[in-house]
Amino acid sequence: MITRLSYYPGCSLKATGLEYDLSARAVCRELDVELTEVEDWNCCGATSAHSLNSFLGLSLPARNLAQVQKGGLDVVAPCAACYNRLRHAEYHLRRHGRMGTLLEKSLGFVFEDRVTVLTLPDLFVRRVGLETVLHRVTNKLNGLRLACFYGCLLVRPPRITGAIGQARDPDLLDRLVASLGAEPVQWSYKTECCGASQALTHPEVARAMVSRLLEAAREAGAEAVVTACPLCQSNLEMHGSTETGLPSFYFTELMGLAFNLPEAQRWFKMHLVDPTRCLACCRGSASTLLECK
Amino acid sequence: MTQSHCVDLQWQTEITRLSGQPISLCYQCQRCTSGCLPAAHADYTPNQIIRLIQYGARERVLRSRAIWLCSSCYACDVRCPNGINISDVMDVLKEMAITGGLAPLEENAPLFHRLFVKDIRRRGRVHEAVLMARYKLRTGTLWDDLPLALRLYRRGKLPVLASTVKQKQTIRRLFHLAESSVKGGRTDQ
Ligand code: SF4
Ligand code: SF4
Repeated sequence: MITRLSYYPGCSLKATGLEYDLSARAVCRELDVELTEVEDWNCCGATSAHSLNSFLGLSLPARNLAQVQKGGLDVVAPCAACYNRLRHAEYHLRRHGRMGTLLEKSLGFVFEDRVTVLTLPDLFVRRVGLETVLHRVTNKLNGLRLACFYGCLLVRPPRITGAIGQARDPDLLDRLVASLGAEPVQWSYKTECCGASQALTHPEVARAMVSRLLEAAREAGAEAVVTACPLCQSNLEMHGSTETGLPSFYFTELMGLAFNLPEAQRWFKMHLVDPTRCLACCRGSASTLLECK
Repeated sequence: MTQSHCVDLQWQTEITRLSGQPISLCYQCQRCTSGCLPAAHADYTPNQIIRLIQYGARERVLRSRAIWLCSSCYACDVRCPNGINISDVMDVLKEMAITGGLAPLEENAPLFHRLFVKDIRRRGRVHEAVLMARYKLRTGTLWDDLPLALRLYRRGKLPVLASTVKQKQTIRRLFHLAESSVKGGRTDQ
């Protein structure tokens, strides 16, 4: 059965998160999910817009929701920050308080609450279903020990994301990578912050935050970290030093690998820090899997 | 720095109204702070910011580094037993510090955020590479990351052409409205 969805790439997936975009689209295609890019989408404003001006921080994502509503299909937003901003706008439109009304008025649209905003893990676990994913796996990631990193914005704040009961110990990514044959490790840093734009504004603070994270992942026995956000991914890559740092992958890349998609090796080459290079030094399931020299 | 030593309750009332958060309920349990990773690097912890608001220490708060170290991770919100969404309070403070011209000059975060939204205003989308170059230029660190720029370029991650929203007039309208919302005071949610 074909699932049809709107796709909100956001700015990062066209640049630093290019391999996330490519792998997400490839994996969707394999699972019969047909994606149509949101017509004339604009930037969600990320953390910057809402830090400067509350109206701007909500009206930018609200315009995207208006565009999505025109298309009539549920929308998936791979970037955790975009997802979070879309949900914030949806929250205010739904509540229809002063802000919600103002948003509708300034965009000249009536919010009908007909479309759902999904994360990619939501899509694969709850819509497509793990059975279907499992069915498509031809190259099991046997025993690859992975620390799934959700970060902040996929789950928090639960009043906005609806991730009640999943805010502290989410498990969608863990279940997903388990269905690929990998072994998710238990660790307590799943939903810590990667430092977000601190990487640029307070690099020393971001570095400390990321180091703690990677150390915890390593202690838990992980061979790699799995992300679902372009900002988390680039912060983990850039600020975890190459020697001590664990490689990080977008979860969609690992799906592509498990589906035996030939283009998967190309995505890894697009990382700022080649994950296969880190894996080459550790013997074990990971390196054989990625055919490291 | 001017410091007032008498308690000014007005300011707490104002922040409560603008953020919609019950600031007076804070009983200093510090759960917010125990979940805040950047707090260790800041001049004030989140619970101290709340306390200073209760004291009406407007300038101290608005000139603090703490509000710019906040990465809006919402960890504090989830922890507060009194239902205070501290991140919403932080947003109000950031906005106030900027419009009041009180953000410390040595803080780079306000500059970064401003350049970010300027890019959106220009074309409706952010061109990450151009944004980073502008930011690096203004902070005098452009050459630090040249190897990074080269790596991005080689990986096809530095698109030469910036993609642009077609309905630019809508984006511009939102910016005008945002500016008038500042002049008329922040829009309560
Ligand atoms: S939202 Fe800001 S204040 Fe709250 S825990 Fe995160 S960084 Fe700290
Ligand atoms: S968690 Fe809430 S009540 Fe406790 S110190 Fe922080 S703001 Fe105050």
